[in-house]
Parts: sequence; structure tokens; C-alpha cells
Amino acid sequence: MKKLMWIGLKDIQLMLRDRTALIFMLLAPFLLTIGLGLVTGQLGGGNFGGLEAIPIAIVNQDQGKLGGALVEMVQSPELAELVNTSLVAEAGAARDQVDANQIAAAIIVPPGFSDSIIPRDGRPVPAQVVRIEVYKNPARPVSAGIVQALVEGFISRVETGRVTGEVIVRQALAAGLITPQDMPAFAAALSERLTATATDQPLMRLRTGTTEGSAPEQNTPSDFNPMAYMAPGMALLFLMFTVSNGGRSLLAEQAHGTLHRVLVSPTTGTQVLVGKLIGTYLTGTLQMLILIAASSLLFNLRWGDPLGVLVLILACVFGALGWGMLITVLARTAGQVAIAGSAVMLIFGILGGSFIQLNLLPTWFQWLSKLTPNAWGLDGFTILGLGGRWSDLGQPVLGLLTMGVVLGALSIALFNRRRLWQR
Amino acid sequence: MDVIVQARGLCKHYGNVIAVQDVSFEIRRGEIFSLLGPNGAGKTTTISILSTLYTPTRGDALIAGHSITRDPTAVRQIIGVVPQEIALYDDLTARENLIFWGRMYGLSGRALQRRVDEVLAQIGLTERANQRLKTYSGGMKRRVNIGAGLIHKPQVLFLDEPTVGIDPQSRRAILDSVKELNRQGMTVLYTTHYMEEAQELSHRVGIIDHGELIALGTQAELTRQVGEQETLILHIGENEDAETVANMFRVVPGVLQASAVDHRIALTTRQAEDILAPVVARANEHGVRIHSIDIREPNLEAVFLHLTGRAIRD
Ligand SMILES: Nc1ncnc2c1ncn2[C@@H]1O[C@H](COP(=O)(O)OP(=O)(O)OP(=O)(O)O)[C@@H](O)[C@H]1O
Ligand SMILES: [Mg+2]
Repeated sequence: MKKLMWIGLKDIQLMLRDRTALIFMLLAPFLLTIGLGLVTGQLGGGNFGGLEAIPIAIVNQDQGKLGGALVEMVQSPELAELVNTSLVAEAGAARDQVDANQIAAAIIVPPGFSDSIIPRDGRPVPAQVVRIEVYKNPARPVSAGIVQALVEGFISRVETGRVTGEVIVRQALAAGLITPQDMPAFAAALSERLTATATDQPLMRLRTGTTEGSAPEQNTPSDFNPMAYMAPGMALLFLMFTVSNGGRSLLAEQAHGTLHRVLVSPTTGTQVLVGKLIGTYLTGTLQMLILIAASSLLFNLRWGDPLGVLVLILACVFGALGWGMLITVLARTAGQVAIAGSAVMLIFGILGGSFIQLNLLPTWFQWLSKLTPNAWGLDGFTILGLGGRWSDLGQPVLGLLTMGVVLGALSIALFNRRRLWQR
Repeated sequence: MDVIVQARGLCKHYGNVIAVQDVSFEIRRGEIFSLLGPNGAGKTTTISILSTLYTPTRGDALIAGHSITRDPTAVRQIIGVVPQEIALYDDLTARENLIFWGRMYGLSGRALQRRVDEVLAQIGLTERANQRLKTYSGGMKRRVNIGAGLIHKPQVLFLDEPTVGIDPQSRRAILDSVKELNRQGMTVLYTTHYMEEAQELSHRVGIIDHGELIALGTQAELTRQVGEQETLILHIGENEDAETVANMFRVVPGVLQASAVDHRIALTTRQAEDILAPVVARANEHGVRIHSIDIREPNLEAVFLHLTGRAIRD
């Protein structure tokens, strides 16, 4: 067990002393982030990366004030550049539009939504809040994620208002400030206030150049940073370099004789492979952590929930490592791994949305992008950037883990057929 | 005497290529045993089989009683392997390399640090220990390469052509340290294509050619095979074709064998003095200039020549 760690640590040590590798792992992503950020920021003329307003539909079956407030919010001029909302009467019709890939998501406010939150005519509110449904288009996960985040933001404000409201009413009753007879009037006043708070400030402002990845809590337009979309994309791009470099090092050790030397010591081939996988995994994780920490400091980027970021990084490196293993098993020499690794890195960068936003591209392309760790990773970072928690990362994390397991198993099967060292 | 390595009928075939064919020998505890043979003879293949890296196509070997095919793990702990090509990490220092290889043999903590210091002193690199290997000369790297094979105090050390491509000084240092290790009790299997090295170091020698062991024994036993033969070495001019010149001497009465390596011609004969005059005369006849002539007592080179009709390149 210890031997595995020593083999992995030795690889990390070698990597840290390899200037070329360091440039690729840490410096290149930075320079590209800045470079592409500047270029797109200028060329895009404020409409960053050609981002188009996300087409959505809203169905309001609620008779109360909150449903109306939500409609008002998504149609507000502040959000006009982010979402393009059409009002649809029938929930079924809205869902059909999503299924036909005409819109990214449908927000369906069910009947009785307001009543389940705001007490009316002294009737007590039901224990269960009626849920707003966001019917998402799986082909446009990022856009759908934004819509989801908008709705969740709205609900969380209403919830805060409701809970504080209830507490106030109960305290007021207990303190004898109001009598049960005063309740209707009080509730009406409360509901006014609640509706007001819920729509008080837009949840997400789209300012000149604001991106999908920019955090909603950015306050002034000057805060905006085109790097916010580029930084995760570039980090994921060069993560592919790191994992293929790990594979390259295995074949280099084979050519250089150190692999054979380990194998004539009381160390098994499996120990060498697992040790090197651990080393590569830790290197990738370290790389992502450094890139994220540095961009937070230098570009003032907010990546979101730290626990979520960590979970996502661990999953991204796992998924990417699967590809690294497959490339290594299919290649015959260290040189081939390096070449194949760079090619895959670029293809995945394009396919996975590191350069171009995926929701601008055809659906089949978006499905294809799911083969890359980059696409899943970007989904995850977008969710976090929009204020999601680690628990909201289910889909991307599951996608990445599946990728790692499937590709890893495939590589091991191929590896056993074609041994890396002859016997 | 106590036998520590026992190779029995080792074969290694790569498709149609026969790298090693039916090689059997024994190495006794405490001796230096050399495998002497030209390039491609099968020395590295034999060492790789004995060190459990390759499984033999046929045959087996016992090392301290453990079979290399059935109990390779036990064998690995007993042997130390110094590969022909330097197998180390260039971006690590000598100390870091030795620490890593020590860990692969399960050493750790204080014991490891102490052992690394000992080995560094043994290979004479204590001063440069903390510099990266890529700043080392070829000879220094060779020394670290040997040190890495010693780190776990093996009972038998396999050295595969450890002096190839280095300066005479480093070569001297390596030969001396092999002798010193042996004096301290280490059993050594040493492969080389330099017959002087085999002659200087070994208690017993196996001569290997085309994958087969063609002679085996102490140097005295081997040279006795050649009988009373002596070898005449003629150094000729660079623009002469050595093969043609060698053929020319074959017809001189008293010359048993003639072979050419680079610009030297080796002639075997019963009595060197008897053929000296006719050889020089024949050279003059054909306008071949002889720079110098050495007469050698029977040695391993003569044995190889006798057995194969060729000279070992050195
Ligand atoms: N993997 C292999 N596939 C095919 N042939 C091989 C392989 N390994 C070795 N051989 C052949 O086996 C023969 C013996 O090779 P080996 O490396 O053991 O020789 P050697 O005595 O160590 O030579 P050198 O002095 O050049 O190191 C050679 O003819 C070589 O070409
Ligand atoms: Mg060899």
C-alpha cells in the first residue's frame, strides 16, 4: 500500500521538476484564459461569446400574487438579455415545446402556489408548499440550469419571507399585539410585503458582457469578467494534458528501463500501474486546485460553493483519467501518447465547450459533447457559479464517474490483452 | 561448495529468433562468475530470465533454492540487478533515486537513510549526492546505477555490462568496487564482452555465443582447452582491408587460425617464434605494413577464437 504512494509521489516530484509539463499544466491555461477573455470580450462587443437570450416558456396557473410576481420577474427588462420568455397557457403545450427542442425550459406555476404560502382570509396555510415545476431540456443543460437557478432563487426568497412572516405572526399573537380577528388584515399586509420582496431585486442581472458562468451576486457591471467562462474551460482543457502526461510517463519508464527495474524488485506490475494512477490523479487535482485558487485571487473570479468545487474537481479528474488510461493503452510509445493526448485535448476542448458555448450548437453536437469530461465539468462549474451547492451536482458528477469507470474498465481489459511489458 | 544460482537448460525464443538456447551453469556462493560473449550473444537475455523479468521459453533456474518461474517474489528479494542501460530518474538526485529504489525493496525510515548514506559512500558520490542525475557524467551515472542494485544488500548481484561506454578511470573504479564487494562476500554474476575484464575479475567464466554456452570453467581450465597455442596479434595500417590480410596469412605454414578485428589480425600457432619470420616475409611480399606485433600467452580471447574461429570485438 505504501509502495503505491511512493510510486505516485515520485511521479508528482518528477512532474514538478519538468518545466515543460508545468508550463502546460499551470501557465498555459492562464495565458489562454486571459488571451481568449480579452479577444472575446472585445469582439463580442458586450454580447459575450455570442450569448443569446435563452428561450423559455412560463405557464402561470396560480391565481395569487406570487405567480404573477414570477412572471413579472422573468419578463423584466433586466432579464431580457438573459431569457426570452413567452407566456403559454397550457402546461402540456409548454412541455411539447421543450420536447421539440424549441425552448430550453418551461416554468410551470401550479394552481394554489400563492395560497400554499400566503395565508388568505385567515385560513391556515397547508403544511406542504405547492412546487413550481421547471421542465428542462436535457439537450441544453447549461441554459436549463440557469432557468432552474432563477426559479430557485425566487423560491428561496419567498421561503425566507414566509418563514419570517410566520414567525412574526406567531410572535405578534403570543405577545398579544394582534388578535385572531386581526389576522386577515395582517395576512394581507404580509402578502403585499412578500410579493414585493420576492420581486424586489432581480435575481440575476445581465449586464454588458455578463456570461452564463458569472456569479449572480456580482454587484456592479464593472465587476464583470469574461474570464469567468474561460477559466473553468481552460482548466478542464489542460486537465486532459495532465492525464495524458501521466500515461506518457508510464510508456517513457518502459522505454527508459525504469519500469523493468521496478519489476525485478519485489513490486508487481499492478502496484506500478495503481501507483502511477494515484500520482496522476493527485497531480490533476492539484493542478485544478491551483488554477482555481490562482484565478480567484488574480481575476477575482467566484467559483461558488467550495465543497461543491472540490467534489466537482475530484469527479472531473476521475472522468479525465479514464480517457488518459484509454489513450495510454491504445498507444505504443510515449511519443504517441503525447501526440494523441494533445489531439484529444484540443478535440475535447472544442467538443466540450472550452472554446465555444455548447448551447449555440446543434443538438447532436451537444450530445456528442457528453463524451468529454470538459462538457460535464463545465455544466458543473456553471451550476456552482450560479449559486448551486455540491448537492446540485448530481448529474455532472454521475456523468463523470460513469465515464471514469467505463473507460477505466475498458482500458484494463485492453491492457490485459496487450501487455505493456513483454515477459 | 554452496551453489547459489543454478540455471538449468534455459531457453528464450522470440518467434524464429533464438536468443538463448539450453544454457546451464552454476554460480557458487562468494564467487564472481562472468558471462563473456560478443554483442547479441544472449547475455542480457540470460540475466533478464534469471532476474524474473522474462519467463524462459523452457528451463528453469534456482536462486538460493527458489525457482525463478514458480517463486519469483522470493527471488527478487535475494537478487540485485544492475541493468545494461542506465535505469534511473534523471530529474531526481542520486540520493532521491537511491531512496526510491530502497522503498521499492520495502526499506523505510532511518534504516533506509542509513543504507543510502552507506551506498553513496561505497560508490564515492557522497559529495554530489544532492545534485540531479542529469548533471552527472556517464561514469557517475553508471556508479549510481550500480548503487541502486545494492541498496537492499542482495545476496547475489547481477551486473550487465556495467562498463560499456565510459572512460578508463570510471571503468577502473567500477572494476575495483566489484572486487571490493566480492571481497566482502557478495556473489556476482558479471556479463561483458571485454575479455580483459572477465580475466581480471572472475573466478569462473562462461563463454556464450549465439545464445549457447560454448565453454565453462576457471580461466586455467579454459585456456588448457586451447592447448599450448599462442596468439600473435599484428597491428596493421588503417587503409588495409583486415579480412583480406587475414586470408593472406592463413596459408602460412604453422598458422592454425587467422581472424581480423578492426585493424588487428590475430593468428594462433603452436610456437610464435616459428611463424614470425614467414609472416613478416609474406606481409612484405604483398606490401602490407605491420606497425607492431604482440605475442600472447593462451588467454580467453584465444579460447574464444579457438572455439568459434572469430575474435571477440573489443
Ligand atoms: N524482444 C526481442 N525480440 C526479438 N529478438 C530479441 C529480443 N530481445 C533480444 N533479442 C535477440 O536475442 C539475441 C540476444 O540478445 P541479448 O540482448 O541477450 O544479447 P547481449 O549478449 O546482451 O548483447 P549486447 O552485448 O549487445 O548487450 C539478439 O540476437 C537479439 O537480437
Ligand atoms: Mg546486453
